[in-house]
Amino acid sequence: MLSLIVFLPAVVAAVLLLVPATAPRRVFTGAWVGVSAVDLALVVAVWLTPGSGFRFEERVAWMPTVGISYHVGVDGISLPLVALTAVLFAGCAVFALRETRRVKSYVALFLALQTVSLGLFVALDLILFFLFFDLSIVFMYFLIAGWGHGERARAAALKFFLYTFLGSLALLLGFIVLYLAAEPHTFDIVELVAADPLAGGGPAAALALLAIGIGLAVKTPTVPFHTWLPPAHTEAPATGSAILAGILLKMGTYGFLRIAMPILPDTWRQYAVVAVVVGVVSVLYGALVALAQSDVKRMIAYTSVNHMGYVVLGVGAAGILAGSDEQARQLATTGAVTQMVAHGLITGALFLLTGVLYDRGRTYDMAAYSGLAARTPLFAGVFAVAAFASLGLPGFAGFIAEFQIFTGALASAPVATALAVLGILVTAALFLRALQRVFLGPERLPDAPGTPRPFADLHPSETVAIVPLLALATVIGVLPRFLLDVIEPASRALVELVAR
Amino acid sequence: MNENPAALLPELFLLGAAVVGLLLGAWLPRDRQWLVRLLAAAAALAGLVATAVAAARPDELVFGTSYAVDTPTHATRAIVLVAVLVALALSVDATAGHRRETEFVVLLQLGALGTIVLGGANDLLLLLAAFLLASVPFYALAGWDKSSLGTEAAMKYYLSGAFLGVAMLTGTAILYGVGRATGYGPLREGLAAAPVAAAGVGLVAVLAGLLFKVGGVPGHFWVPDVTDGTPPAVAAIVTTIPKIGGLVALYRLLTVAVPADALDWPLLVAVLAAASMTLGNLAAFFQTTVQRLLAYSTISQVGYLLIAVAVAGRADLAQPALLYYVAGYAVTNLGAFAVVAEFPQARTIEDYRGMARQHPGLAVALAVCLLGLIGTPPTAVFVGKLAVFTAAVDGGFAWLAVLAIVNTVASVFYYLRWIAPTFRGTDSEAAALRPAGTWSAGTAYACAGLAVGLGVAGGVALPLLVGLPIPV
Repeated sequence: MLSLIVFLPAVVAAVLLLVPATAPRRVFTGAWVGVSAVDLALVVAVWLTPGSGFRFEERVAWMPTVGISYHVGVDGISLPLVALTAVLFAGCAVFALRETRRVKSYVALFLALQTVSLGLFVALDLILFFLFFDLSIVFMYFLIAGWGHGERARAAALKFFLYTFLGSLALLLGFIVLYLAAEPHTFDIVELVAADPLAGGGPAAALALLAIGIGLAVKTPTVPFHTWLPPAHTEAPATGSAILAGILLKMGTYGFLRIAMPILPDTWRQYAVVAVVVGVVSVLYGALVALAQSDVKRMIAYTSVNHMGYVVLGVGAAGILAGSDEQARQLATTGAVTQMVAHGLITGALFLLTGVLYDRGRTYDMAAYSGLAARTPLFAGVFAVAAFASLGLPGFAGFIAEFQIFTGALASAPVATALAVLGILVTAALFLRALQRVFLGPERLPDAPGTPRPFADLHPSETVAIVPLLALATVIGVLPRFLLDVIEPASRALVELVAR
Repeated sequence: MNENPAALLPELFLLGAAVVGLLLGAWLPRDRQWLVRLLAAAAALAGLVATAVAAARPDELVFGTSYAVDTPTHATRAIVLVAVLVALALSVDATAGHRRETEFVVLLQLGALGTIVLGGANDLLLLLAAFLLASVPFYALAGWDKSSLGTEAAMKYYLSGAFLGVAMLTGTAILYGVGRATGYGPLREGLAAAPVAAAGVGLVAVLAGLLFKVGGVPGHFWVPDVTDGTPPAVAAIVTTIPKIGGLVALYRLLTVAVPADALDWPLLVAVLAAASMTLGNLAAFFQTTVQRLLAYSTISQVGYLLIAVAVAGRADLAQPALLYYVAGYAVTNLGAFAVVAEFPQARTIEDYRGMARQHPGLAVALAVCLLGLIGTPPTAVFVGKLAVFTAAVDGGFAWLAVLAIVNTVASVFYYLRWIAPTFRGTDSEAAALRPAGTWSAGTAYACAGLAVGLGVAGGVALPLLVGLPIPV
């Protein structure tokens, strides 16, 4: 079942590659929408199947000599992210119905990216995880370089590739240390969790956590490893940014929950305070730098640093035993997973909306726009909803997530949590200011070269792509139980593993 | 004394086909010389079958103790013979109907024979003979097209080979003098009691020759000029095939004949590995011609491969890592050169701009091969690198693994400098991208497929490579 979900997009991509590029573009975009819908339906079926622990496990020996197997499965931590991936790719598929540039390769790349994203979240083998981690970099590189905005996009794509590839290789080094520490040698995550190979701590454990931590921190990204993110986002096409922020960033934080915390529990507890500090610095730094931006896409990119900072704060707090009870740590963990889902949906929607803005005005500069609310009421309304959701207003998923993280982290890291709450204040200020500048006041549209079309409101396909993402974020904000019921058993198990 | 020639069937097939091919080629008209190529391909296939049969039998030393028929030798034979087949296919477009087509094929076969013997040699004198056999045909091959650049390349190749070959000869003499034997087994005992300084000098001198063969620092000076100055088909051969046997020879010499407690060769090889990958990468950074870029890339790849040699005998994975990486490197590197051979007019990276528009399949094959050389999963070089890094950490050279990782990231930069323009659109027809024919393109596809297939099938291939060399 999981293999079907993971590899269906890749198979369709391979078939599409055989179709001549001269075929009508509807063939490609239609196939993408279709396969995303099927994948989404399959994920819903998995979601509705009851069970506990790892479900739908499949394990086939791959390279037994070096302890590598094809091992997949989902639990309450990975399933929400698998579902997020399916939803966000479906949204991008609908959004891309209006894409006209080299549609065949564009769709094939996205389908391949969908396979590696889904594969990463279900992988239960370190090398399988690494394989998908690396391939996500390769496909995203081609996406940014090929469909980004001009010459600067290549530089941004190169920076993205080099930076995240360095991170991935640091990760690999950490994996090798874990492999050699386990007896018998294995890369299997479940076996490594059970074995707890570096329980004694020591330099090897610290080195492994350092390498894995750096690798994941680059991908997340946290301060000070975030510098690849703003240019990559600014230069990527809208759908690419949505996937980059919505899915690829989650690979980093998911790695903390899936690999770093359960396999290296002692070491994680020892250094959890580092994660807390890094998280809080990311929260504040991301928010403050975002406040200073005039480029709307760059601003949202920096709010991603801020939002992922909350997740890192949550996973760090889950590792501090002193002063906290198990319930608090569990709350922090659940909040971290919820925040990943919430950020994926909301920031995905925001990036698609900036894509709409760029499509009409050919610039991301907020100063170029004014008073759009009168001309494009639907666009303004949807953007406002997304902005309010992103700043953590109650009633949206982001609030549920951040509330849980703060409550869970308050007992063990009171100062850090208090500082992190300030981040919400800053994001509120920056989003309100952005809304005010772009949508209110006298109407002013950019008249730069390359803006041939009249400034149109949201196209139906754009509405269909974006509104469900925000609707889902609202549902999670109002009725979160359906999501939390899935996450909580898994986060309880994880917290017990970390505390052992 | 086991002097049964049947133990050397793959080698004899190569030799026989080379001799018969040379005679045949002398009588055949120019447009029929493809028969020689066919004969060579048939000999390589027969050699592969013989290798498979021999691999099923127990390991043995033949012709006294001078030649080992064991897992490293079987692997060398198999990889070299596959590489010969690929090289034969890759060179069809450039050499078919050429008046020196037969010479091309025969020189390739003789060089390949030399490199196989390098891998199996279990005696210093045989190693020296194999070194010459693996070198001389390739000197001639470098000058095969008689262009001015090719002649210069052959000259440079020959001079550095002659110089380092003499060093190797001196080293052999010294090792014989202090170790009182040339066979690896007795030499090990002799060296254990020998004066360290003399043994060290002898070993370094022998290593110099082998490093020339594999194109590793400091024996790498010929690599860029030969690779850039010769036709792509020749460049593909000289940067791939000698490395296979040369690396196995290094591995066998160091593990079987030199006791690590008497001479600290692991550290020496580790330093050479570090120097090779770092220098290769740094020099590759701003190359503008693709063949020179690939030349420096092969130097850095040798660096990664030498890591496995450095931890030989101290990490269980060292030997499978080395042999598997060599196999993966060979197909991936040949695949990249196959794309170059398909567009002989495209010399610089800029010439490849817009290739994805006109030749999407080949652009993908090139991207797969170059990303494969970086070590992106699931290609074969990734599995090789994974095994090598694991062996390095296991063998106590964690710093080398870290350095290799830093180098790998650096290498992304120059491979991407080539990949990026190929996928950038110019709508105008790129003049330099004139295809040479279907054989090179087909080889590129096959190698790209093989690079991925070998990576995915690592689980099948790796267990075949674990049998240690005799008589350890």
